[in-house]
Amino acid sequence: MTQYLLKRLILVIPVVLGVTFFAYSMVLLTGDPASALAGVHATPEMRAALREKLGLDDPLPVQYGRFLVRIAQGDLGTSIISRIPVAIELRLFFPATIELALAAMTIAIVVGVPLGVIAAYKHNSFADLGTTFGSLVGVSMPIFWLALMLLWIFGLKLGWFPIGGRIDRSVDLQTITNLYIVDSILTLNFPALLSSLHHLVLPAVALATIPTAFIARITRSAMLDVLGENYVRTARAKGLEEKSVVSRHALKNAMLPVITVIGLQIGLLMTGAILTETIFAWPGMGRWIVNAIVARNFPVVQTGVMVFALIYVFVNLAVDVSYGWFNPRIRYN
Amino acid sequence: MNELLRIKDLQTRFYTRDGVVHAVNGVSYSIDEGEILGVVGESGCGKSVHALSIMRLIPDPPGKIERGEVWFDGQDLLTVSDEEIRKVRGGRLAMVFQDPMSSLNPAMTIGFQIVEALTLHLGMNNKQAEARTTDLLTMVGIPDAKNRLEDYPHQFSGGMRQRVMIAMGLSCDPKLLIADEPTTALDVTIQAQIVDLIKRLQAELGMAVMWITHDLGVVADVAERVNVMYAGYIVERGTVRDVFKRTRHPYTIGLLGSLPRLDEDPGTELSAIPGLPPDLIDLRPGCPFAVRCTYVVEQCWNETPPLEPTESERHTVACWRWEEIAQGVA
Repeated sequence: MTQYLLKRLILVIPVVLGVTFFAYSMVLLTGDPASALAGVHATPEMRAALREKLGLDDPLPVQYGRFLVRIAQGDLGTSIISRIPVAIELRLFFPATIELALAAMTIAIVVGVPLGVIAAYKHNSFADLGTTFGSLVGVSMPIFWLALMLLWIFGLKLGWFPIGGRIDRSVDLQTITNLYIVDSILTLNFPALLSSLHHLVLPAVALATIPTAFIARITRSAMLDVLGENYVRTARAKGLEEKSVVSRHALKNAMLPVITVIGLQIGLLMTGAILTETIFAWPGMGRWIVNAIVARNFPVVQTGVMVFALIYVFVNLAVDVSYGWFNPRIRYN
Repeated sequence: MNELLRIKDLQTRFYTRDGVVHAVNGVSYSIDEGEILGVVGESGCGKSVHALSIMRLIPDPPGKIERGEVWFDGQDLLTVSDEEIRKVRGGRLAMVFQDPMSSLNPAMTIGFQIVEALTLHLGMNNKQAEARTTDLLTMVGIPDAKNRLEDYPHQFSGGMRQRVMIAMGLSCDPKLLIADEPTTALDVTIQAQIVDLIKRLQAELGMAVMWITHDLGVVADVAERVNVMYAGYIVERGTVRDVFKRTRHPYTIGLLGSLPRLDEDPGTELSAIPGLPPDLIDLRPGCPFAVRCTYVVEQCWNETPPLEPTESERHTVACWRWEEIAQGVA
């Protein structure tokens, strides 16, 4: 197992190299960073000087090598717009996105898995049809439209939830991790916890809709297969209650495809986060990157792409490793 | 001998898209304490379904136990509450299934799967249950049982898995063990081992065993009495000696005739029963075996023969012409 993990971690290196190279060169494809930096009123001489200064005249591999060395030193560059080091901005925006994504994923798992289990257990019942239809709607729902509707109904019309931001301005919170929920628990700041949860509800629900629907569908079909298996009958023949037959004996065997989908959905959440964050004025990575792309703020775009790719890689690794727990027949070698 | 299980007029049907499958059609019989009863018949004759009906393990829908009574240990299992039947299942009444490869949960250790039953029915704590599990596995012949509790089913061979299933079945000292073709999925040498194992354990523990099989040799070897089933009916029932030596039902005669015998002349052809088992979806009135029967007469097409005593009270047969068959006239 340890050996397998090590091997997988080593394999991450070429993937990360590939991703960083892609992130770096992709940005150059969109145009000359020097002209973006220098602005529209710059003379050709000024641009040439800037190119010289930034090392943009060197061959691509040399530039990329330099880029890697900088990253290795923890230097992610400086935002062209704000003139703040990208690393500092990342520390600010990244936790906001993680908080939102984790909240959405938690909702999706806590709601989606039981829905799927109930639908499979009560196969062809009203609950099953409802779940199947609901998840079809959920999967097909454009997330920006849903987010706008939630905002309009629950934020504006009913006024139950705030319409943007992560926390009330009037609440003081000493930030440690920049995950506001974690910080307010760490500092035992109850008003801050309440306020940040209050702000989290609408964006998290909007972001959770598609993954919830996917997870419910996959759980349902996996459970349908498993519930017909002989070992489920054995569990019943043992005299176990239906509760443990379903939640212990059947569900563990049905989790493999569900875990796979959860992993993929975490990756897709990052994309969804960009829309959701924009609509709910959530100060996270999604909005940060979109703004950076619009402004051709290259260091930020490069960092963002890299971070998302790394999350994807590590989530997949975690999924692969968890397979072994759900299916002991999987060998790691 | 005291009566342990009495089944009266058990009827189970499956409501499928293609029609109603008449799987078990009014089965009545009893098992005594400590007895081994063989249940034989070809695939689809209702052997397994009637056993699952006793345990109330028929998947509903599409299955439905239409009527009947299953008296076990003073209770009618078909009318007790779900909670009551759960106490009986895996406790006083246990079942070993046909396919050991798929009957154990692949995601759980075998230790846990047996411990679970022990803590549930006998109220043992984990430590006691693990100790008993080790004993049980040793008893069914798993070598080095103590170190195998943490192993998963895929780390055992088919024969070993069936031993684990048997250990699980025996874990809570059942009064009746239903063994549903426990050797069918295993190769021949392993089959013999499992047969011997169940015979030995039955003698040691004194429980009753219902042995479902299509292997007449096994029945002759292990059972005292035998039920011959056809199309969801019991067509002949009696002691092994009566059924095998004084066979009265044409179907049983056909089954026995299709067996190779050591005392036959080399080159003797085996006889086969012509035709196929009836479609249980449109089961006509009359004797279910009539279509394939060489002794068929007009009456067989119209009236279903009841299970009636023959020369001996304990040997019953469902055939209009058993007397003629007995006299060798037919």
